[in-house]
Amino acid sequence: MIQSIDYAAIAPPLILAVAAIGLLLADAFDAPRRVLSLLSGGSLAVALLAVIALATGDRRATFCVPDGLRGDGPRSCSYVADDFTLLFQGIVLGAAVVVVLLSLQEITDSKMPVGEYHFLLLAAVIGALALVAARDLVLLLVALETLSLPVFALSALRRYDGTASEAALKLFLVSVVSTAVMLFGISLVYGATGAMHLDRIAPALSRLPSDLDPVATAGSVLVLAGFAFKVAAVPFHFWAPDVYQGSPLPVAAFLSVVSKAAGFAGLAIVLALGLPAYAHVWGPTIAVIAALTMTVGNLVALRQRTAIRLLAWSSVAQSGYMLAPLAVGDDRLPEAVAATTAYVALYAVMNLGAFAVVIGFRRRDAPLSPSWDTLDDYRGLARRSPAVAAALAFFLICLAGLPPGVMGLFAKVVVFRATVAGDVTWLAVVMAINTVIGLYYYLLWAVRLFTPAPGPSYDPVPGLPVRAAVIATSTAALVLSAAPQIVLQTVSHAT
Amino acid sequence: MMAIPLAGALAMLVPANRFLRTDVAVRMFGTAVSGATLLVAISAMTAFDFGATSRMQMRVDRAWAPAIGLRFHLGVDGISLPLVVLTALLTFLCFLYTLRHPPGGGRIRLLTALLLVLEIGMIGTFVALDLVLFFVFFETVLIPMYAVIMLWGGTGRRAAAHKFILYTLLGSGLLLAGMLLVGAHAGTLDMTELAARHGSGLSHGLQVTAFALMGLGFAVKAPMWPLHTWLPDAHTEAPTVGSVLLAGVLLKMGTYGLVRVALPLAPDGAQFWAPWLGLLAVIGIVYGALACLAQRDLKRMIAYSSVGHMGFVLLGIATLTPVGVNAALFGNIAHGLITSLLFFLAGSVKERWGTADMNALGGGMLGTSPRLASILTFASVASLGLPGLAGFWGEMLALLGAYRPHADLPRETFVTFMAVAALGAVLTAAYFLRMLSKLTHGPSDGTAPERAPAAAVSVQEYAAWVPLIALTLLVGLWPKTLLDVTTGPVRALFGGG
Repeated sequence: MIQSIDYAAIAPPLILAVAAIGLLLADAFDAPRRVLSLLSGGSLAVALLAVIALATGDRRATFCVPDGLRGDGPRSCSYVADDFTLLFQGIVLGAAVVVVLLSLQEITDSKMPVGEYHFLLLAAVIGALALVAARDLVLLLVALETLSLPVFALSALRRYDGTASEAALKLFLVSVVSTAVMLFGISLVYGATGAMHLDRIAPALSRLPSDLDPVATAGSVLVLAGFAFKVAAVPFHFWAPDVYQGSPLPVAAFLSVVSKAAGFAGLAIVLALGLPAYAHVWGPTIAVIAALTMTVGNLVALRQRTAIRLLAWSSVAQSGYMLAPLAVGDDRLPEAVAATTAYVALYAVMNLGAFAVVIGFRRRDAPLSPSWDTLDDYRGLARRSPAVAAALAFFLICLAGLPPGVMGLFAKVVVFRATVAGDVTWLAVVMAINTVIGLYYYLLWAVRLFTPAPGPSYDPVPGLPVRAAVIATSTAALVLSAAPQIVLQTVSHAT
Repeated sequence: MMAIPLAGALAMLVPANRFLRTDVAVRMFGTAVSGATLLVAISAMTAFDFGATSRMQMRVDRAWAPAIGLRFHLGVDGISLPLVVLTALLTFLCFLYTLRHPPGGGRIRLLTALLLVLEIGMIGTFVALDLVLFFVFFETVLIPMYAVIMLWGGTGRRAAAHKFILYTLLGSGLLLAGMLLVGAHAGTLDMTELAARHGSGLSHGLQVTAFALMGLGFAVKAPMWPLHTWLPDAHTEAPTVGSVLLAGVLLKMGTYGLVRVALPLAPDGAQFWAPWLGLLAVIGIVYGALACLAQRDLKRMIAYSSVGHMGFVLLGIATLTPVGVNAALFGNIAHGLITSLLFFLAGSVKERWGTADMNALGGGMLGTSPRLASILTFASVASLGLPGLAGFWGEMLALLGAYRPHADLPRETFVTFMAVAALGAVLTAAYFLRMLSKLTHGPSDGTAPERAPAAAVSVQEYAAWVPLIALTLLVGLWPKTLLDVTTGPVRALFGGG
């Protein structure tokens, strides 16, 4: 059986795969550090260009079931590059470029092996790209694992550091458990429907004999588990703060943006394409998870004293907002998916920006010691470097969702709208209360930037790449604040 | 039209690093910009067709984010026009006042920027005709006001500023949920279109929920009785200009929102909740008055008096009759004029004698600084509702409206409300007279007898106060000037001619 492969459709992950292997080889032959970094960042940029080129063309699909085996079913394809996929691939690649920029200084400071770092990063990005394009459960699972495995290693790359190893172990255990649960769910769904492709599962579920109903119900809920881990939703969120704190900061940025975006894309794909028939089951489940996630995340974030842990818990809380629209079930589902997508895209910009400033600001006097910046260390930043402080304050206000951070406000408006339109008003009220809690800690942090420093202060001199990352993200944030329709339009077009 | 000077103000502020080196120049600049805005507002008033007040005029309508049906839709009618002019006027007067009396804490440049952003938010709220746009402007005022309290406030500013922003943000969140609930089910976010439908096509239960959410949101801002606790702190700690804008305009955004958004969008819900709204309004009136009697701090007392006055405004809205809503809008303007004047005066008192504690100030101000004392007397008397001054009509009409509420509302309840509210009006008189007798009359016995070198009233202070005094008199003596403007749209609001 010969299958024709549409290489154009899989170009983005393919480019990265080639680059990753090249990187590994080059590292073995002791290529200079600069070449490796350039190769890694360059291949991501090229992949991004490929995505843009694909976006101008039509929908492409490959790895389809051959005609002879299809029967009278739909033209099931495992890998589909439609507008939704390309949009998410664009988000993932754009964010990955910023992460690479952020990593350059960190690799030197933390004495991490350059070649391995970039190779693992690229491998994880390949997983993310495949995940957002996957349209059958097996490929979804494999892609999810491809995304997860390199990240375990990445977070443990500071080999001398005990907290890093602990973080990696924790990440590994939670991930394995959630994958196992998800795999069980997949097997139940497969057992009930006899199909792996989402476009076959959906019709099979809608005309399922009633004795199989409990099986499919349990299966569809368990499938959620794997994604709940990826997006750090309660109760699979425990890894987030420790891992963010223990792993190198750029890896934390990667986890909180790239990996999360891919997780949400996968969740939306599975729910909207595969399981719409069981919306009455997963809708309320997600509503409860979303409410819990945002409340727990926000409440715990209130108590945090270090910047990175605060960002970790706040990104847990933000996951709650992103989950909320999906709680509507199949009532106005496309609108809800659009809302989640828009929030993910806007969140990627603002959260990366906040991470960029935090990384640039990090204490460098003792690079090998596991010290984290407390919020009080940010006092007086406005005096020393007003532009950086203004950028961080802007990102925080965006995350809180208030003008002048119009971008964050619109993200919230879109999510509220979708939630309310789907008649889940109680969730909207929970969300309203949560935005207040969220505002409190973001604001406390932002205010600290402008209060005078109590003691001797040090002057962080971020390197050129980090500065470029800060400038890029803040420009994007400003542009999107003035013209949010750029994202909203694209998203509603794509979903 | 309205947006041009505002955008200009914003644009001129961004590169403020290089030009306008001295503080004085910055203050002059702020005055000039806000003056220009005022001129545009006044020219808008002259261009306004007073023959058709219920029609939206001077509309700007452009698509902003079509993906979510968001339009950049602005316009004024008889309800919003007076508030727009009031906002422009008060901001201008604040800058005028700052010209000579900058608040302690420096950083005038930042203050100017924040006040202008505040102005944009306030005017934008009053002219926005799209629900989401309204919300954006509604939120825009939060951060600048927070910063104004935080940076230039009194001793307890941290707590006050946090309380302010958290309370109001909670309100905004619920407001957003309510507005989107209506928007999503009606399929449009355009306020004129939604108002024209009078809630048709929305189920009763939905309207009740939506009005509850929106009402809560606006009630925090207004503020209504159990949700008012942020207000005294914020007012007391804020610098003079902050208090003036807070009392003069920000509170109006709550009541304006109720009239403009909540009432027309969910009329059934309004009918369901009106008795409760009335009850809380009346409690607010009496509670505010009683709290005032117990205050020693001048600013805090004025702040509590705002709770009472906004209670009258809310009572007017709760009657759901044209008379009542007219009274509410009238009360809005009157309260904006008078309370701003009172806060200006309190600021001057505090600046001269370093305290706003009434016991420490002692009496006899009429003897030591007669002009200041006379104006204070005037403002207090206007505030307690002396016939012939602005405060009177708002309260009177609100009571009248409560006597004859909307046909579907329980009349006995509202007549009781009216009686209690009238009692509250008497209490209002009591605390203002107490304040006056403490401060202006009697021998100068307090701990501040050495107040002799108190500065005379400066030109800038006169400039800031005289327009307010004049308008208070004008609106008080010829209430028709204002009522004529608002009556048309209010009638249209209730679907009658």
